[in-house]
Amino acid sequence: MRLASSWDWEPGQRVVLESTKCSEEHEWQEEFYASPDGERLACVVRLSDFESGVWVNGEVWESRFDRVWYPRFGPDNRLTVLAQAEMDWTVATEDAAWEDSYTYVWGTRFSEDGAHVAVSVQQDGAYGMIVDGKIWDTLYENANNFTLSPDGSRSAAAVQAIPMGQAEVAKFKAGVFTVAVDGQAWDKIVMNAWTPVFSKDARKVAAQIRLTHFDYAIAVDGGLWPDTYQMVWEPVFNPANGQLAAPVKAGGAWGVAIDGLMAWKPRFFQCWQPVFSRNGQRLAAIVAPEYGEFTVAIDGQPWSWTYPVIDQVVLSDDGSCAAARAKDNDEKWTIIKDGKPWERTYDMVFSPAISPDGAFAAAKVEKKGQHRIAVNGHELETVFDQAWDPVFNPEGDKILVRGLSQGKFLRAVVPVEQYRY
Amino acid sequence: MSIPGIRDRKIEDVGLQAGVDRLTEDQIQKTIKKVLKGETGAKLKLYAETCMRCGLCAEGCHYYMSHDKDPSYAPVSKVRQTMWEILRHNGKVSPEFIYGCAQIAYTECNMCKRCAHYCPLGIDIGYIISVVRRICHKLGVVPLYIQDTAHSHSATMNQMWVKDDEWPDALQWQEDEARDEIPNLRIPLEVEGADIFYSVIGPEPKFRTQLIYQAAVLMNETGQSWTMPATPGWDNSDMAMYTGDYEVMGRIKRAHFDTAMRLKVKRIVMGECGHAFRSIYDMGNRWLGWKMHPVRVMHAIEFYHELLEKGQLKIAKTFDTPVTLHDPCNIIRGRGLMDQAREVVKAFCPNFVEMTPNREHNYCCCAGGGVINCGPPFKNVRVEGNKVKAEQLIRTGVPVVIAPCHNCHGGLEDIIHAYKTGQELKFLIDIIYECMEKPDAVE
Repeated sequence: MRLASSWDWEPGQRVVLESTKCSEEHEWQEEFYASPDGERLACVVRLSDFESGVWVNGEVWESRFDRVWYPRFGPDNRLTVLAQAEMDWTVATEDAAWEDSYTYVWGTRFSEDGAHVAVSVQQDGAYGMIVDGKIWDTLYENANNFTLSPDGSRSAAAVQAIPMGQAEVAKFKAGVFTVAVDGQAWDKIVMNAWTPVFSKDARKVAAQIRLTHFDYAIAVDGGLWPDTYQMVWEPVFNPANGQLAAPVKAGGAWGVAIDGLMAWKPRFFQCWQPVFSRNGQRLAAIVAPEYGEFTVAIDGQPWSWTYPVIDQVVLSDDGSCAAARAKDNDEKWTIIKDGKPWERTYDMVFSPAISPDGAFAAAKVEKKGQHRIAVNGHELETVFDQAWDPVFNPEGDKILVRGLSQGKFLRAVVPVEQYRY
Repeated sequence: MSIPGIRDRKIEDVGLQAGVDRLTEDQIQKTIKKVLKGETGAKLKLYAETCMRCGLCAEGCHYYMSHDKDPSYAPVSKVRQTMWEILRHNGKVSPEFIYGCAQIAYTECNMCKRCAHYCPLGIDIGYIISVVRRICHKLGVVPLYIQDTAHSHSATMNQMWVKDDEWPDALQWQEDEARDEIPNLRIPLEVEGADIFYSVIGPEPKFRTQLIYQAAVLMNETGQSWTMPATPGWDNSDMAMYTGDYEVMGRIKRAHFDTAMRLKVKRIVMGECGHAFRSIYDMGNRWLGWKMHPVRVMHAIEFYHELLEKGQLKIAKTFDTPVTLHDPCNIIRGRGLMDQAREVVKAFCPNFVEMTPNREHNYCCCAGGGVINCGPPFKNVRVEGNKVKAEQLIRTGVPVVIAPCHNCHGGLEDIIHAYKTGQELKFLIDIIYECMEKPDAVE
């Protein structure tokens, strides 16, 4: 959250606004969304039977639509919604709609700095992407697995490049899918393509590929790694050096290959969600060393503590610390940090955050329908009816807490030093 | 080598024929050995060595019972004609033999596991047939229509080639429709932290949208915290599980559970589908490495039962037409929901008539196990293969049959039509929707 450096990090709590104001003024109010900096609260409101609007901090946008959905704040705190007017759809950011409208738009994506907004589009039965209001020159029979590069300069998706009729099994096997980057399809046509992903500098694109019913591969910019595998999962680029890592299954077991060479020997029952540290020095993934026992492995070394379910690994900037969500056999969730679980368990633990230096892990936790924020296993005092995920400041010594409590939208900055292990 | 029994009733299928046309005996043996060595173990060996060929499983099978007890349809015979021959010949079998194996495994066994109840040793013949299917998949010998469905799963993460936009669009359309009846109704999309992710199967947004409508009414009028995703991962069905393409099965299940975990829901409540339940409760989750499901999974029957027990679902009127209940294999034999199903039915339907046999002994609809998905070439055999089910339905003498499963609906519709039973088929939600209290509904 480098963008966060400009936010108000003065310790203390304040009421941003009375959130009940919305329901007092509008009979129809949908879910609230809080901006990343905690300064704004938004939701969709219905203004009449055929008119919807966007409510932000007590004001309704001037733009009115037939329907509005998917309100989302970008990393730069600007609000974007998908809106329908006169049967067609468009995108509106901060009360300004894009010029053109389309048959359908969905799946809003932001660049890391929030400056660029992309959506998936269906226009007259053809599929592609729109970035900042500019639609791909070429649209396709079908498209999915949409993605935007971290800098927002490029977009990609798995696309069906060759039309196919019902039950044309042989044609499908021969290959009808590929990856299109900025609308331009790779020459290599394959049976299936999934999860295209950009390198940090947006120069390279990689994807999972199925060549035949039994042969899986990883493709980079339309070229294939030399080996095929029994199966593969989502590849990920090293942000520092551009190397590509992907979980691969060989000989009945899962490992990780980097740039086509086996880096983690295949010895796991499962391996997925690979993630590099910001400095590219460490690679983590969720692994199952044994059937039914999941944990986190860093550079191929699994933690000894295992859980039936592990999800969402986050790494500190240098990769020296990691945290993930974990669920036990009693359906209770906790956070496991650096191989050790928090003592307390919850009905739900939401997305974990880790401080840049890795000293602190924090998450929104839920018990009996109420939310709190927990840091390194300690619950902060305020109880919320609804809270949002905590955010660390760039120095990693404070967290931003956002939540609704007793009809108020609260914003708190909490120093976390006291929770250091 | 060809298989007696199946030899006399070979059905032409483009997918099966194209598959075997490419095969050589060496390829076949190599593939079979790879599957048997790499993917089976003590279970198959134990079954192979303990089956006494006693034939007690025969009367467990609706195909056998519906074909005048033709022994070639007995479960033991289907295994003898396929896996035992494969083992006896150490995998050295002909392409023609593989065609027969595929026809038996994909179209003459629903993997309903009724026969396992009749086996004195508890041999799970459904499992053995699934290994045969896995071999056929690995050899590329799969009926055309079900292969197309598996391709749809791989390309779109749903069963019906539903494109990414068509899903949220269908939900928004149903929300609009339902608001005429219940003005404050919502189908909440992408609500992180909702208690329930309501999941459906591919045909619902395509041609059974009334089920989404009815479920939305149920959720709204009973005050549930629920959501549906706007992304792929919404479909819980899985024909790749039945073609033997476990890699795609795993991919679909991962998309489903990843979606639930992304939304941070506490449970997945799924609509009335049996095979989909099997795929997320038993098969797909375990293939991925989870001993159980990573997010709690509830079939609709359990959910309705819970709503009644908690008093959240209130009955405005009863459904007085006499009804019977078809017990879907995957949720009754597979999950034991027979009592809950009856309690829900009886709560709404005072004139409930059991069909016989019932509960875990009920006959399969003959559509399950992917058989109906093998398409038109095999329809007649499938319908003939369930005369016993039609007779069961007729004996109840009731005009309405409740079947809380999509595949069962497909299978039962065909036999109701073919055997002219004159009955109407309903999902449980059809009756619940009709009879429940709807406090927010407008006149």
